[in-house]
Amino acid sequence: MNRTVLDLWVGFFVAIGIAAFLFLALKVGNLSSAHMSETYVLQARFDNIGGLKVRGPVKSAGVVVGRIADIRFDPATYEAVVSMNIDGRFRFPKDTFASIYTSGLLGEQFIGFDVGGDERMLKAGDTVTKTQSAVVLEKLISQFLFNKAEEGQEKK
Amino acid sequence: MAESSSPIRKLGHAVVDRIWRLGFAARFFVAVLKYSGPSFRRLPLTLREIYFSGVLSLLIIMVSGLFVGLVLGLQGYETLQRYGSTEALGVLVALSLTRELGPVVAALLFASRAGSSMTAEIGLMKATEQLKAMDIMAVNPIARVVAPRFWGGVISMPLLAALFSAMGVLGGWLIGVVLIGVDDGAFWSQMQSGVDFRYDVWNGVIKSFVFGIAVSAIAVFEGYDSVPTAEGVSRAITRTVVTSALAILALDFVLTSFMFRGTS
Amino acid sequence: MFDKGAARFTENISRNYNDAMPRRYSALLLKSPVFFEGSVLSNDILVDIQNLHFSYDGRPVLQGIDMKIPRGKVVAIMGGSGCGKTTLLRCIGGQLRPTGGTVRLENNRVSEMSHAELYDLRRKMGMLFQFGALFTDMTVFENVAFPLREHTDLSETMIRDLVLMKLEAVGLRGAHALMPGELSGGMARRVALARAVALDPMLVMYDEPFAGLDPIALGVIGQLIRKLNDALGATSIMVTHDVHESLMIVDHIYFVSQGKIVAEGTPDEIRASTDPFVHQFVYAEVEGPVHFDYPAPTVVREFLGRRARG
Repeated sequence: MNRTVLDLWVGFFVAIGIAAFLFLALKVGNLSSAHMSETYVLQARFDNIGGLKVRGPVKSAGVVVGRIADIRFDPATYEAVVSMNIDGRFRFPKDTFASIYTSGLLGEQFIGFDVGGDERMLKAGDTVTKTQSAVVLEKLISQFLFNKAEEGQEKK
Repeated sequence: MAESSSPIRKLGHAVVDRIWRLGFAARFFVAVLKYSGPSFRRLPLTLREIYFSGVLSLLIIMVSGLFVGLVLGLQGYETLQRYGSTEALGVLVALSLTRELGPVVAALLFASRAGSSMTAEIGLMKATEQLKAMDIMAVNPIARVVAPRFWGGVISMPLLAALFSAMGVLGGWLIGVVLIGVDDGAFWSQMQSGVDFRYDVWNGVIKSFVFGIAVSAIAVFEGYDSVPTAEGVSRAITRTVVTSALAILALDFVLTSFMFRGTS
Repeated sequence: MFDKGAARFTENISRNYNDAMPRRYSALLLKSPVFFEGSVLSNDILVDIQNLHFSYDGRPVLQGIDMKIPRGKVVAIMGGSGCGKTTLLRCIGGQLRPTGGTVRLENNRVSEMSHAELYDLRRKMGMLFQFGALFTDMTVFENVAFPLREHTDLSETMIRDLVLMKLEAVGLRGAHALMPGELSGGMARRVALARAVALDPMLVMYDEPFAGLDPIALGVIGQLIRKLNDALGATSIMVTHDVHESLMIVDHIYFVSQGKIVAEGTPDEIRASTDPFVHQFVYAEVEGPVHFDYPAPTVVREFLGRRARG
């Protein structure tokens, strides 16, 4: 008699434990949206990737369509080569612009795809030719100061 | 040449004693793993231990999880409010719990409730010669008594940590959304985009699994190695709780530095 | 009422067979009183101990023990506290490894056996611990059923019958649903006895079976030890310092003092012995080879020493 009651409680315990785990995985985390069935690889070259990190998102129109798989340095051209895993459901035209944006003012950086009108689509292994490097804050500030200094000079 | 004065000799003796004990503990752990067959072939043994260490810890774990979540929600709101980012409350509560508080606090509570009861049971069985009786009846006491308790603890720990974190998130939601008035949609959506399954939730699960092994191993060892008197058993229980707490916090540091490296 | 038939009935169903089994079985069929009691009249030695030495932490506990215990006998090992008798029992059971000499059980060298071999041998042994050592989280029934469940594949109904018969043999069949915490000391020890003989062992060992019991329980346990031993055709070794009870039931006594056997013999021989240690022990004399006073300076020095000097 005692044995079956015990089994019931243990079963209940394991069940709610797993339920809690699923709750954390699906409702709290992003498991449901994070799973991408099939992906293909695209590459892009940047002069400066800024604070871009591996596993950062690739977004188009603000929606996550892929993840950054790998970031390498090309010693021949002194450029950063970024490999991305793009969700197989989405195809992008050959004249897509790959730019590095920052989410929020000081948030994490991601690659955004701005599409053009080309009818030919990028295939697996292709390189996105049009890229926009990350905005580096220091350059922006020094640029701003330089402009201000020039204005000041012209006024004189 | 300095003469061996009493305090130095005592210190040396204590250190050697500790190291000797550590070696014995390692050998004991290997023996527990070696004789773990019956724990799985005769499932009722292990199920019984899951009941005693897991099910009976449910109340304290879930209530504590709820309270921790409530406090996190309160404190988090108070701080975030200053920067106008109260919608991030969900992320704050969820990340704190799944990454750190869930595994660590649940493990500490587990050590003090289930760990100490494991030590007490095994220690008392040793003190009343029940383990020796089993041995003379040709039943391996490690396989029959110790190993099921160890595996019961290892299986219960991750489940309890997940429950703790889940209750904590609910507690944060209760305080933030229901009582204070943070936007419900923002709470959950920010949380879902801010918490990564593999990086945050899964790492927390791995942590709780490691803590489970550590606490269960310490608890069964202290029980088995206790001096077979009433006083010896109570000292062993104290050692279980203290050593488990230190091990949990030290392992937490080691695991965190491996898992959450910040920038790659 | 002691039921010999109940204790013996299990022999032909349990898995524990040894050489004497066929004889006992046929004795059961013949129902001959001569065969029933002490049917194993062989003279062979079951336990053969030669020059046994054991030291603990450098301190010598057993210093050269020689014993030959024949089958079917009840043997008592007596001595003061800390003389090494429990250690001797542990060496026979293989729980301690001797530092010198050999222990042979039915021609198996216990002192040199591997863990697995020892476990095989232990299935033929039963041991009664000083305070019973019952498993506190199981009922009386489950305690006695424990060795049956662990070592045999018998069905639950068969185990139920066996357990109740064993409990009947010790007079506690009605108490089978109680928990060990609800039993008195004497009852707990009887349950432990039933558990020790659950598999019909060929060797039963008793560690201070009479310690802390009231006179009625003392008598009961003593009688049970003797009768179970004869009914099972087993051999019993008792470690005790209860002289009165032991002299009534045992066949042979060994006296151990400071790690050596100082005297041995049948109960009558012991009662008539002139050895000073034996005499002091048997007749509970205050003064003898075991001194009353703990070593200390003389009374004159202790109380008058200072005065004498001053």
